[in-house]
Amino acid sequence: MAVREITCSQAIAEALAEEMERDDTVFILGEDLVSNGGIFCQFKGLPERFPGRVIDTPISETSIVGSGVGAALTGMRPIVDMHFADFVTTAMDEIVNQMAKIHYMFGGQAKLPMVLWAPDGAGISAAAQHSQSLESWLVHTPGLKVVVPSEPADVKGLLKAAVRDDDPVIFFQHKRLFKQTGPVPEEPYLIPLGKADVKRAGTDITLITYSRMTYVCLEAAQKLEEKGIQAEVIDLRTLKPLDFDLIAQSVKKTNHVVVVHEACLTGGFGAEIAARIGEELFEHLAGPVVRVGAKDVPVPFSPVLEQYVLPQVEDILEGVDKALKRKQQALFIPRAANVR
Amino acid sequence: MEIDREKKLSLLKRMLLIRAFEEKAEELYQQKLIPGFVHLSIGQEASTTGSCMALRPDDYIISTHRGHAHILAKGADPRYMFAELFGRSTGYCKGKGGSMHIADFSRGILGANGVVGGGFPIMVGAGLSIKLRKTDQVGMVFFGDGASNRGTFHEACNMAAVFKLPIIFVCENNGYASTSPAEKMVAGGSVAGRAKAYGIPGYITDGSNVLEVLEVVHEAVEWARSGHGPAIVENETYRYKGHFEGDRQKYRSMDEIHMYRKNRDPIDKFERLLLEEGCLTIEAVAEIRAETAACIEAAVQFGLDSPLPEPEDALKDLYVNP
Repeated sequence: MAVREITCSQAIAEALAEEMERDDTVFILGEDLVSNGGIFCQFKGLPERFPGRVIDTPISETSIVGSGVGAALTGMRPIVDMHFADFVTTAMDEIVNQMAKIHYMFGGQAKLPMVLWAPDGAGISAAAQHSQSLESWLVHTPGLKVVVPSEPADVKGLLKAAVRDDDPVIFFQHKRLFKQTGPVPEEPYLIPLGKADVKRAGTDITLITYSRMTYVCLEAAQKLEEKGIQAEVIDLRTLKPLDFDLIAQSVKKTNHVVVVHEACLTGGFGAEIAARIGEELFEHLAGPVVRVGAKDVPVPFSPVLEQYVLPQVEDILEGVDKALKRKQQALFIPRAANVR
Repeated sequence: MEIDREKKLSLLKRMLLIRAFEEKAEELYQQKLIPGFVHLSIGQEASTTGSCMALRPDDYIISTHRGHAHILAKGADPRYMFAELFGRSTGYCKGKGGSMHIADFSRGILGANGVVGGGFPIMVGAGLSIKLRKTDQVGMVFFGDGASNRGTFHEACNMAAVFKLPIIFVCENNGYASTSPAEKMVAGGSVAGRAKAYGIPGYITDGSNVLEVLEVVHEAVEWARSGHGPAIVENETYRYKGHFEGDRQKYRSMDEIHMYRKNRDPIDKFERLLLEEGCLTIEAVAEIRAETAACIEAAVQFGLDSPLPEPEDALKDLYVNP
């Protein structure tokens, strides 16, 4: 299969073009989409190619998400653009009480095939209200599926699968990955929801991560290799459904785990992974399951503050030291106290 | 519009069915056969029936926490409704929804919504879907005076108006948002008056007059169906029962309730009119009432005879593709 290098933005536009071409019921709804193909140019070319199917709305997030629900219930496959993932807060009733519950609450009568596409994450000095990683809120709501891809090939395959899925899917796209390039096959393909991916094979420790932190973990793994430690990097890709089988397979091999996410540490998805590993794989562990996440403050504006709050390569290395119980003879110098 | 004898009889029958359903639900709730909460709409039958009977079977409605009447008025089967109220596996939602969450997608009933004002944005989506699919359906979203103060109402009115969506916003103003009088909580004097701000038609009806409601809503439906966009209809109505069953109703007097029951009861008024017009005889009325009572009894029996769900059914229906 022919492969070329494209960005995540291009992967998004390609995925949606293919799905809109294939299925007339697919349409995109949100603010400021038509003139530039979205504020991140993520839907570039689609408004011209599919007139009337990329729809600009008033600034009414509550009604935009609710509209997605109503359209999905009546035969359409909407993709709702959330502008910034932070704005899910203005449509929480629609997401949590309506979108997530309607199929179940009505006894399975109606299906709700919609994608809530939400650009999340920090690192561009967008400050506290435009930088959050809120996936654990939504994973905590039964009825939703949650996708958190990293590389362009995954973005494309998972987005196509999300559009075809008959359940509501929250698709978090990290803002700093829009320009990230990677090899993507020319031919159309799907990546099923609920399958994690080993981005780097290793035998000594498992780094479990997702979204942009996948790249940071790969960088950390490179540094670890220089010290003779072979880290396996697992990109979960979807948090719900969760591919625990792949986690188990890796942990049984490496016996050491660090879970890494950009969301703040307390109550983050890392806690869920750590708990499940503790419950189900205890006998395979040779050290503590360590979590690395952002510090428990809002994301600050000034780059120096923002960098301090977000997890860095050094934090992962420090986490590895802790997981390998090498505190007495640490391989790396601790950066700060965002590792527990 | 022409309302012939047959239509008038069906209006009366539907109102009687709703009243009988609600009175039976009250009785069964008091007997502790219905778990949870029940919000009754006894007294509001003309508003609900007149509105729903202006619709076609393929039109959509979204109902509220006080929703039994809307669902019956759109043609749902009282057997599956009682089964749902009893939490049985034969209920509309297999016992997962209960009184506040009944839906029948085969009849365009996109569900009763337990969140006050939760239905507006969803109906905007159904309206958008109608427009994208290029059908001539319409959608009707019911709400109370209380929900008219949710932001969702204003967002939905604006979005429906700018997109010219075929949506009829039907406010059943029963005078009270739970315990709070509408006159103290709704600015501007009326809900329909807010239509002006969105450049759409707003109507106020005597919600105790089923023919008036039907005629006005019919006009709004025709307006929406012919591509002109949304409209607001405010039916001035009254509920005889508390916000929920068990509500002590300290916010209003028994005299007030009595006055409405005596002078403005929608069913009494309509029955009298039909008798005066010679559409019906006293014997015929008695016969319809007896048929209605029998239908409700049979529906209750169906519900009571139905099996409870298996406990582990709680884990089903979460995803279409788990």
